[in-house]
Amino acid sequence: MRFNSLLAATAAVCSAIATPALAHSQWLLPSTTILSGTGNGVTVDAGASTSPFFADHVAMNLDDVKVWEADGTEGKIDNPARGRYRSTFDVMVDKPGTWKIGVEQSSVSGSFMLDGEMWRVGSMRGRPPMGAGLRPGAPGGEAPGGRPGQGGPGGPPPEGGRGRFDPAHVLATPADIPANATDVKLSERISRNFIFVTADAPTMTVFKPVGKGLEMEPITHPGSLVADEEGQFRFLVDGKPAAGVAVTVVPGGKRFREAEEAQELKTGADGVLHVKWPIPGMYWLSAELDDHHPGDPRAAERRMSYTTTLEVVAP
Amino acid sequence: MKSKVLPAVPLLAAGTIASPAGAATVSVTIPRVAVAEYHKPYVAGWLEPADGGAARTVFVWYDIKKGGNEPGTKWLVDLRSWWRKGGRSLRLPADGVSGATRAPGTYQIPLPANLPAGQYVLKVEAARESGGRELVSVPITIPGKGGSSSGKAELGAVTIR
Repeated sequence: MRFNSLLAATAAVCSAIATPALAHSQWLLPSTTILSGTGNGVTVDAGASTSPFFADHVAMNLDDVKVWEADGTEGKIDNPARGRYRSTFDVMVDKPGTWKIGVEQSSVSGSFMLDGEMWRVGSMRGRPPMGAGLRPGAPGGEAPGGRPGQGGPGGPPPEGGRGRFDPAHVLATPADIPANATDVKLSERISRNFIFVTADAPTMTVFKPVGKGLEMEPITHPGSLVADEEGQFRFLVDGKPAAGVAVTVVPGGKRFREAEEAQELKTGADGVLHVKWPIPGMYWLSAELDDHHPGDPRAAERRMSYTTTLEVVAP
Repeated sequence: MKSKVLPAVPLLAAGTIASPAGAATVSVTIPRVAVAEYHKPYVAGWLEPADGGAARTVFVWYDIKKGGNEPGTKWLVDLRSWWRKGGRSLRLPADGVSGATRAPGTYQIPLPANLPAGQYVLKVEAARESGGRELVSVPITIPGKGGSSSGKAELGAVTIR
């Protein structure tokens, strides 16, 4: 029994810390990435599942999906809809060049101790923090010395024996952390998930690095990938070539073959990733990098990810 | 003699073409396909310098008349190799290059007279609605050596002389 409860406590902590992206990959699946003329659009499926592009788990939240037109100006999505297993939206690509569509997120999350109890900072798995915010009785609120989580009108009372966290012990942002907090452990997370759609000749404007977090600059343009030619992509961290970045490359359609065909690759010293394509098709590519150079000074570490979907045509 | 040579040279969309003496000519055969729903294929031919460099489109046949929301140009991406090698940066219609789709038969197309001497690969790609897609490559040397190859489904013989 003791072992079991210890295990449960460990599992609770682990699940709070683990990045959900590892278990269920978020993916964007465009109907095509190559268009002739400017009278067309693409329709995009968006979801998260173990195997890329199989809509069998959860739909993606479309609130943060943005469109960058070929010249970098902001575009828009049409017909957004959320289904049970995947969301969907359209983008009319009415100007020539390469467009960028996707999600860019940055957040700081973690935990701290206060009066012997653990608190969390930041939302968990995209859910809005429960009982978050500064309320009377919450730390830093109007009731100095009051025990956090007690007397606060928001949030249910602590439940005994279920994990370490009182659901009321969640703060929205690091700015709310009280001065007498100890063991503050914060990590910054910057994640990107983009697809690229090219009408007529490809352009490079949307790949111009912003110089923050993990980014990708193609050497082989995403609109020019072909199965018998190696794909080359330079990864950058804070605008500089990122060596040793772990990148997973998975072709879609896993159900219709024996092996997963996933490739676990690493960028070279010049930040360049070399990818061979075993088959033509849509590929899910995701790069992860952790370091200790967060942009937010209160965070000790930084977790970065860059995900894209690439269309590789047959020669 | 005259009547034997001239009919073999079709009129391209741009109008008359005169094959200068000595310039190479490619003949392309579009095979007859026995299917209930037949659409004439989109076909493109282009030259790639053997040592790399920009491809040069020699001809592209597509549905030039279809307009509206889904103009004939929409499906040019189905000629996926040609699209990547240069089609996507070609402004259409292109004088002396683009033209209407062709019925099954054999067509003679002159290669550009001003081609720099050297080694090339002539590529011909065909894509058919409700049908397949095929790419045929023929290495050639300008001036001089021609060559021949053949497709299996969407293209017949491709011969340069």
